[in-house]
Amino acid sequence: MQRIGVFVCWCGTNIAATVDIDTVVEAMKYEPGVVHASDYQYMCSEAGQSKIKQAIKEHNLTGIVVCACSPRMHETTFRKAAKAAGLNQYMVEIANIREHCAWIHKDRKEATEKAVVLARTAVAKLNLNTPLTPGESSVVKRALVIGGGIAGIQSALDIAEAGYEVDIVEKQPTIGGKMAQLDKTFPTLDCAACILTPKMVDAASHENINLYTYSEVDSVGGFVGNFNVKIRKKARSVKADICSGCGICTEKCPSRKAENEFNLGLNKRGAIYIPFAQAIPNVPVIDRDQCIKFKTGKCGLCAKVCPADAIDFSQQDEIVEKQYGAVVLATGFNPIKLDNFDEFGYSQSKDVITSLELERIMNAAGPTGGKLLRPSDNGHPHTMVFVQCVGSRDTTGCGKTYCSKICCMYTAKHAMLIREKYPDVDVHVFYIDVRTPGKNFDEFYRRAAEDYGVNYIKGMVGKVAPTNGKLLVQGSDLIADRQLVIEADMVVLATAIEPDQTAKSLATMLTASIDTNNFFTEAHPKLRPVESPTAGVFLSGVCQGPKDIPETVAQASAAAVKVIGLLSKDKLMCNPCVANSNELLCNGCSNCQHVCPYGAIDYVEKEFRAGGKTSLRRVAQVNEAICQGCGACTVVCPSGAMDLKGFTNQQIMAEVDAICR
Amino acid sequence: MSIENKEFKPLIVAFCCNWCSYAGADLAGTSRLAYPAEIKIIRVPCSCRVNPMFVLRAFQRGADGVIIAGCHPGDCHYTTGNYYARRRMTLLFSMLDFFGIEKERTRVDWVSAAEGVKFSTVMNDFSKKIHELGENRRLGDLRCKMPIEK
Amino acid sequence: MHQKTQLQAETIRLISGTNTRKCMKCGKCTASCPAFAEMDISPHKFVSMVEHGEIDKLMASKSIWKCMSCFACVERCPRGVEPASIIEAVRQTVIRKQNNNYLRPENIPELLDPKIPQQALVSAFRKYSK
Repeated sequence: MQRIGVFVCWCGTNIAATVDIDTVVEAMKYEPGVVHASDYQYMCSEAGQSKIKQAIKEHNLTGIVVCACSPRMHETTFRKAAKAAGLNQYMVEIANIREHCAWIHKDRKEATEKAVVLARTAVAKLNLNTPLTPGESSVVKRALVIGGGIAGIQSALDIAEAGYEVDIVEKQPTIGGKMAQLDKTFPTLDCAACILTPKMVDAASHENINLYTYSEVDSVGGFVGNFNVKIRKKARSVKADICSGCGICTEKCPSRKAENEFNLGLNKRGAIYIPFAQAIPNVPVIDRDQCIKFKTGKCGLCAKVCPADAIDFSQQDEIVEKQYGAVVLATGFNPIKLDNFDEFGYSQSKDVITSLELERIMNAAGPTGGKLLRPSDNGHPHTMVFVQCVGSRDTTGCGKTYCSKICCMYTAKHAMLIREKYPDVDVHVFYIDVRTPGKNFDEFYRRAAEDYGVNYIKGMVGKVAPTNGKLLVQGSDLIADRQLVIEADMVVLATAIEPDQTAKSLATMLTASIDTNNFFTEAHPKLRPVESPTAGVFLSGVCQGPKDIPETVAQASAAAVKVIGLLSKDKLMCNPCVANSNELLCNGCSNCQHVCPYGAIDYVEKEFRAGGKTSLRRVAQVNEAICQGCGACTVVCPSGAMDLKGFTNQQIMAEVDAICR
Repeated sequence: MSIENKEFKPLIVAFCCNWCSYAGADLAGTSRLAYPAEIKIIRVPCSCRVNPMFVLRAFQRGADGVIIAGCHPGDCHYTTGNYYARRRMTLLFSMLDFFGIEKERTRVDWVSAAEGVKFSTVMNDFSKKIHELGENRRLGDLRCKMPIEK
Repeated sequence: MHQKTQLQAETIRLISGTNTRKCMKCGKCTASCPAFAEMDISPHKFVSMVEHGEIDKLMASKSIWKCMSCFACVERCPRGVEPASIIEAVRQTVIRKQNNNYLRPENIPELLDPKIPQQALVSAFRKYSK
């Protein structure tokens, strides 16, 4: 039997004005388990707290009920007081007789009656409370960043600067991501490589950062503070530690058929290649599908010319297993496939290109050396048409329902750069809306339209027809209310972006949730925008939603701060109000595992002895470090084995009974 | 309204999730927005903690109405809890007719931590509905009613 | 909006089964329309005029007879609004009234052209007459 003390607070006149304190105190004296009941003007004050502490010692109390303001206000205060008096801090219950009673009722009799009910409800619950101890778990002081684009690099650099070890896993042979492919960046027009490559070098040379390029995450186990990750280092067929990066092999390779992914297929590369000149690490990779040695067994020219003897045809994938305290997801994006938008003629004409392809064409290190040339005949274009919202804001399932956010700005940038470099080129932009919120963004767009004479047309393109070496673009000008046909040399499609394909499998591995578009969801859309609902997993960059470079960098640093905050702790205190499975009752149905949003429930085979027999049964086990205590599992449990500490079925039933008494 | 209704003092149990609705109720209090005293709130971590058994237990013990309030869809502190609650309760409510309890005696609503006004409106509205329906005579364990008669 | 026009617009939405509010005025329908040159009211305007309840004007327009029902606008619309269905609905509203057939049997002889397949005439009757 509990020995309960009830303390009724007046809160000055806040409570005492409408609730008859004496009646409440008197009524509580006859509640089961109550051995002491008293009142005070301000329970939360120093004097009030010492009254509680004194009573706990004097009456040998096992639990206290404080009838006062909302537990959201002073629950922690009273828990601390109870703890100081030697009581378990979870043996404290609050009856909210201020916000939920005194402040909303005017009738004194009514309010007093309700206060009594609320107090006895708290007593009824406390009678079933058990002392709870928060669990502790250790923290591995190392972070994993998945994705080596600008988001991943920035997060890694910030975490490394704080003194923690960071590993970056990047599936491409080099870090740098999409930003490395860009030409200039809006709205300042500084060159992407000039601001990105120094960061790439910083990341590679930082003593706390370890790069796993051409690698993928194979599996993830564990939980916050203790993730156990298997990383697959794909076989490069080149010994990275010996290779000097001289590049002779890439020049001599006789296979020239592979499409150069870095240039989005606008030119060809060898079977052994370095994606781009500033790649980090500057080590080539053999594309085994294209390599003549791997296909026919004959060749091996690269091995012959390599001065360092670094080529290794027999290299195998290697699995590295490591522990991490936190994981940052920075998996980025890709432009969507345009198969569903045949009206724009992307598959029919080489001169219809995506904006990312135009970035490569405009880039001084790109396939045309930075000259604006028509892909079909390397001729100079005279008329260019840009089409915005290609695949964005489409609710028919052909494209994406959301706004890809960056297209308005990069299209303005492209149009402006072309008009600046080649004033003889006519540039038309078809738009549905121009969305340019952001610092100096709208000014930038207006500059393109007003100073550079880019022709912005409110309307959409209905058809692009390749005719006699030209592209007939049929569109609408809604302001003039007419249909236009423009004879263009090149058409640039502002293609929608979508999360990288790896997002889905990573979400499964990490039990991080994704939305219907495969973007990772944040723990709270406003107040916890860089955390995943899964503890210890953080989000950085476009994998969470479309965003431009400044926003990506801001989010990357924010995620890094959250990681640093987590890694700086030696022990993680867990919320003790977590689910708890009674193994003797569990029937192994897995219902709880399916509803758990955090993946906190595992099933284990366990031996049970009953009636002299030993049997093996599958039972649920809750990982207290991951469980957040929502209680979804408790309701689906058909055998009643799953319960939530601090809010047990019995406790809530007792509360219901106390109210309905 | 009949005399019987004048004397009728209903008993309403409200389950409020800790993160949104309970905070919404606090805000209603801070803003001094009145709702009837017959509504008694039980704090749960999430609306998905509410077992349909709790609802039935309340009716069995003589409650005249049960309302469950959670975070708005999409805003759940635990991401998906309120969706579970919505489905479970829809299922339970669809069976209430079978138990002989009017469906209107139950309700699921979403109140955010910033919606003190909505909280009191919802509670007033629900209480009004319960007043219209009168006393819940079904399912109630008569023994539970005894102390009230004294 | 006037009650009568509201009712008219609601009828058009009902017959066509479309939701004109989904339109975000991009104009891809008008951009795709092969019959644009013949029309006095272009497809995107149809959508907004239904939204604004200007059905009488639409019923009097030339466009409803010039639309070829090729459904290019329906195919291309990024929001699934289906302008062709709206035009169809307005056309139906017109010809369902007595003596409003656009194509009458007595007009046929002068329209006859050996190049027109008979099937096209049958379709035209279906489309232009009650």
